[in-house]
Parts: sequence; structure tokens; C-alpha cells
Amino acid sequence: MSLKTETMVLNMGPQHPSTHGVLRLELEIEGELVLSVKPHLGYLHRCFEKHSEAMQYNQVVPYTDRLDYLASIGNNLGYAIAAEKLLGIQVPERVEYIRVIMAELQRIASHMVALGSNGADIGALTPFLYLFRDREHILSIIEETCGARMLYNYIWIGGLSHDIHPDFVRKTKEFVNYFKPTIVELDNLLSYNKIFIERTANIGVLPVDTAINFGASGPTLRGSGIKFDLRRDDPYSIYDRFDFDIPVGKGLQGTVGDCWDRYYVRVREMEQSLRIIEQAIDHIPEGDVKAAIPKRIKPPKGTAYARVENPRGDLGYFIISDGNTNPFRVKVRAPSFVNLEILGELCKGHLVADIIAILGSIDIVLGEVDR
Amino acid sequence: MYQFIYDLTGNMIISTLVVAVFPLVNVLLVALIGVYLERKVSAWMQDRVGPNRTGPYGLFQTVADFVKMMQKEDAVSNEVDKKLYNIAPVLVFAGSFAAYAAIPFSSKLIGSEAEVGIFYVIAISSLVVAGILMAGWSSNNKYSLLGAMRSAAQIVSYEIPTALVVLSMVMLTGTLSLSKMSEMQTAYFWNWNIFGGAAFALNKFLLIPFMLVGFIIVFISTLAEVNRTPFDIPEAESELVAGYFTEYCGMKWAMFMLSEYGNMFAVSAIVSILFFGGYQSPIGYLGNTIGATWLIPYEQAFWFVAKGWFFILVQMWLRWTLPRLRVDQLMAVCWKYLIPYAFLNLIIIGIISLL
Repeated sequence: MSLKTETMVLNMGPQHPSTHGVLRLELEIEGELVLSVKPHLGYLHRCFEKHSEAMQYNQVVPYTDRLDYLASIGNNLGYAIAAEKLLGIQVPERVEYIRVIMAELQRIASHMVALGSNGADIGALTPFLYLFRDREHILSIIEETCGARMLYNYIWIGGLSHDIHPDFVRKTKEFVNYFKPTIVELDNLLSYNKIFIERTANIGVLPVDTAINFGASGPTLRGSGIKFDLRRDDPYSIYDRFDFDIPVGKGLQGTVGDCWDRYYVRVREMEQSLRIIEQAIDHIPEGDVKAAIPKRIKPPKGTAYARVENPRGDLGYFIISDGNTNPFRVKVRAPSFVNLEILGELCKGHLVADIIAILGSIDIVLGEVDR
Repeated sequence: MYQFIYDLTGNMIISTLVVAVFPLVNVLLVALIGVYLERKVSAWMQDRVGPNRTGPYGLFQTVADFVKMMQKEDAVSNEVDKKLYNIAPVLVFAGSFAAYAAIPFSSKLIGSEAEVGIFYVIAISSLVVAGILMAGWSSNNKYSLLGAMRSAAQIVSYEIPTALVVLSMVMLTGTLSLSKMSEMQTAYFWNWNIFGGAAFALNKFLLIPFMLVGFIIVFISTLAEVNRTPFDIPEAESELVAGYFTEYCGMKWAMFMLSEYGNMFAVSAIVSILFFGGYQSPIGYLGNTIGATWLIPYEQAFWFVAKGWFFILVQMWLRWTLPRLRVDQLMAVCWKYLIPYAFLNLIIIGIISLL
């Protein structure tokens, strides 16, 4: 005699402590075992792409802040580069340097949230708060310069909204010196924690071919062992002038491409960002940061595509201009959106608790997924 | 304790009342201070300030929370099984509350001097599982159900290593009574069971390593029994929202919270009775030195409470340091490591105590 058993459908989200926003996952579970995962998107859809068609080029910038709200400067940068390509303008050296430093500071801040919340989802709440304490340093540095702590609207087409604060260089250097030992602390507290390794190693293994086929990018791709970083492979701004490594997952604690690898790649990337900042901070040339900002933005007919390495991956902006003051079409290739599609593949055959670990290691921001 | 209070007051009614109310007051006090401490300790560990607005150093934060809890509407979903849903928090609370009856706070302060104290405590705290299962099932919520199932599996499994270690201690001391067990480990810390007990012989030194193993096993498994991190998977907030009490609010929710802190102190008390001399002072009694023997019970109560809080602080320290295990890993820890070692420990302690 065989017992008739049924699987249970569990709706995880849109209100759930660890779906990182308003993501809804439809889990089919058998006891604790997950048979399938279906992400349902769209709870945070704000019509960014359609909306930007109704606005002038420079008015779109604040809206890009709200895509990946943990890495606003990266979003600004991508859009600004695309628009500058359309216009065919070159920004001053000083602007380039400040943009790179800001983008790297932002990358560190974003990774802090990613790592912290990945840990917090697994139950380690203390590293999360330690990282938020350190993130505060970055936020106050940026706040001093542009007045905002989250949605900066800092990088404008052809320049910046404000010149850097007189204290900027000193404070950034202080932060770099402060944060280096803190990464070691994070490693000791979380990265090499036995329980954390047990929870993340060999969990949610993303094989190289799957990662490529799904178009994954950023730490999610690099965690699988592929050395692909737009800052090196398709350099934008002035990234080709700096010397930095691209950390990849090596399967130190388990299999290449598991959750721990994705986590660890982010930790090491923070170090590389510090290296870039250190190289750039002393060489900011003098000059005006607003000189190249056009008074009236009316690009010629044509298209432009720019992509930048955002903390979450390959962020692309495709802009079509019909010669008017408004863009004809703005299309965003959002890294979180693409990376999220792998979730179903990764979660098969794992337990409910692993879903959280995997989701945290992919590190999505719903503002960007739904746009 | 009845006799002690009766000698003190000379009134039967008052002494009966005091004996009855004493454990309840205790649980409430433990929860009150426990919640406050948990917040402060976590804040200190995480480089935060913690509650500091309600009263001096935020001391009244828990009181304020309690008042808020009482005022809350008792919102009950239509989908729940009302009977079970309402009984569950009471049952869970009763389980942890009843354990206090047999815990000796000092040689005089003990609710009931049951001869089978430790057996009673282990038995009565199993009641909690029934309450948790009821809460999870009756809530008609999938998260609650998952939490309850996890919890039942966890608590039932971890009772085995606890019971095995308790068994070895019972074998060594030859008594099931908690107060006798404490009494045997006479004042001065080298007489504690963790240091091989009061009898000075070769056995004492042979026992020390195995006592240490026993202590570690029982501490880990009691941690799991009270659902504290790294074993808090039944209420894993990032996975199951709040586990088996997801659907509860107001005072019913507070009952679960109370019982959690009540349990924390209860298991700390059991650990300290088994291994750390219970209410015995580590450094002798002031009452003996100055010749005021009436002082001794109060000193003992102080030491007992201090030991209990020490272990609660260790629990908090662990909670805010470690991540959470997964459900299968949790079971593996219990069945693959703790139980075999506890068995081995039981046999070895048995052999040594026969020497």
C-alpha cells in the first residue's frame, strides 16, 4: 500500500523578511524539500523606460537613481555615458576621476549591504550591523559632496552636479585606511565561520555553462570562475588606467560557483575597489566639473549603448534619439533581472532554508528587477 | 520552602500563597530582565546603543512593551482552529512555568522538594512541544506548520542527549532530587560536579574530562531545546517569518515570548545544578564566617540567580555571534555527534563511579 502524498505550494513574499523587497517566489515543496521555484515579478514596476520617453535627457538622471537604489551612482554613470556617446562630448579629466572614485565607493557600499544581508538571512545579524556601521562612513562622504545619502542624482550628462567637498580627499583616505582591517574582521566573523560555510558551500552551485547561457554577470558570473569584468574587458571612463585584480570563485570551501564563492568574490572585490580608490584619489586634476554640461541637450538622430560594471553586474543603457529633446526610447539591461532568472535552476533539490541563502548570494535589488 | 516562609511569617495562608506565586513572579522577572538584557547585550555586541529612551538606561523598555502588548487587539483569523489556537500559548507557557516548581533557588527557596525533581523537569518541559505543535497546526498557516514540524523534530531529538547526560549525573550522584544534587556539591567551587564532585579521591580527577564533555553536550542540547541561535530554526525569522507563532499577536504572542525566556533561565538553572553546584557558593559563605547562619539561604539564592544569568548571557552571546544551522545539519549534530558521545560518556562515567 502506498500513501498518497501531496506537494505544498508556499508563497514566499511579496511580504517576507528575506525576499529583499517585493519579490514573490512560488515554491513547490515536499516537506522541506523544494521541487520548483517560480519567481513572480512586477510588484515594484514603475514604468521607468516608458516614463523616460516623456522627459528631457537630463531629467531622466534622478529616475536612474531609483533603479538599483543601493548603487545609484553606478546607474547615473551608465546613463550619463550613454547620453554622452549620443552627444559625442568628452568630459574633463577631473570629472572622470571623481566618477571613478564615487563609483568604487558606491560599489563597496553596495557590496556591504549584499554581504550583510546574505549573512543576516542565514542568521548572523551582527556582521550585518557592523557592515552598516562601516557603510555609514561612505554615505557621509558622499552626502557631504552631493547632499543625498541614497538617491544621489550626482553624475550628470557631461559632468557632475557638484564639485567634491574640500574634505573629500582626506575623508576618503581615512575611510580606506579604516576599512582595510575591517575586511579582515568580516572574514573572521562571517566568511570563515564554520556554520556559515556549512550553510553556503556546495549550495546553489551555478555551473559555468549555465551562467553563460542565462547571461549572468557581475559577482554571480565571477563566482562561477569566469574572469569577466567590464572595467577590464570593455573599459569605460578611465578604468584602463588603474591596476586591479578580478577576483573569481575558486571553490575554496566547496564547489566552484556555490553560494560561498559568490559571497567571497564580493568580499575580495571590496579590496580591489579600495585599491582603485587609492590609485585615483591622489591624482584628481584641477578643473571645473560642470564645464561640459550642455545647456540644452538635443542629440542628433541615432542610437547609443553604454554598459558599466555595476555592483550587481553588467548594467546597460540603450538610448534611441530621434533628434528631439526627449529620448525616443530608453532600454535598460538590468543585471539583477537577468541574474534572478537563474534562481529556479539553482534552487532545485535544495531545502527551504537554502532558498534564502541562494537568493541572498545572487543579490538582487527589486527596484532594478522591476524597473 | 513552605516551612521556611511559615517560620518567617507564621501564617499558613500567606506562606501557601507565596509558595504558589513565587515561580510565576520568577518567570515574569526573568522575562522582564531577559528581554531588556537581550536588547542591551545585542546592542553592545553590534556597536549600537540599544534602548535608552524609556526610563534610565531604557530600563522600562520591557515594561512599556508589556503594556503595549496588553492593550493590543486580540486579532484572530477566521481560518484558525480556535480551540487549539487559544490553548497553545497557555500550554507552552505552562510547560516552562511548571518547571520552576522543582528548581531549588537555595536550600530553603524551592517550590516543591520533589524527590524526582530532575525527572519532573524533563517531563514537564516536554509539554512545550505539544503546545508548539498545536500552535503550528491550528494557525492554518504554512509557515507556522513548517516551524512547528521543525520544532517538534528538534526538541524531541535534543531531549535524548540531555536525558543521557542527566542520567550519567544521576548515576554519579545517586539521586534524582535537584536540591540533594546541589547539596552534595558543598560550598567551594572545587567540589562542583564539573570538577569531579565533592568526594576527594582518584575518581575526582578521572571524572573531570568526562564532566567537561557532559557539560558541553548538555549545554548545546539545552540551547537547541529552547530554540536559541544557532538552533533557532523553528522560528527562523528570515525563512519562516516567525515560525510557529506567526499568526499570534498581543498577549498570546507575549506568552510564547515569556516562555522562551522562562525556558532559558530554567535550562541554565538545570545546567548549573548538574555541573556548577546549583545554589552553592563558589567561595564559601559569609554567613558562616560571621556566624550568622540565617544569611546563608539568601546568599545561596544570590549565587544561584547569578549562575543562571551567567548562562543566559552565554546564550545571548552565542545568539548574536553565530549564524543559524539548517534543519538537516541540526539533526546531524544531534544524532551523529551528540548522542553517540553522550552514550560513551554515560558508560565511562558509570565505570569510573564504580571504581
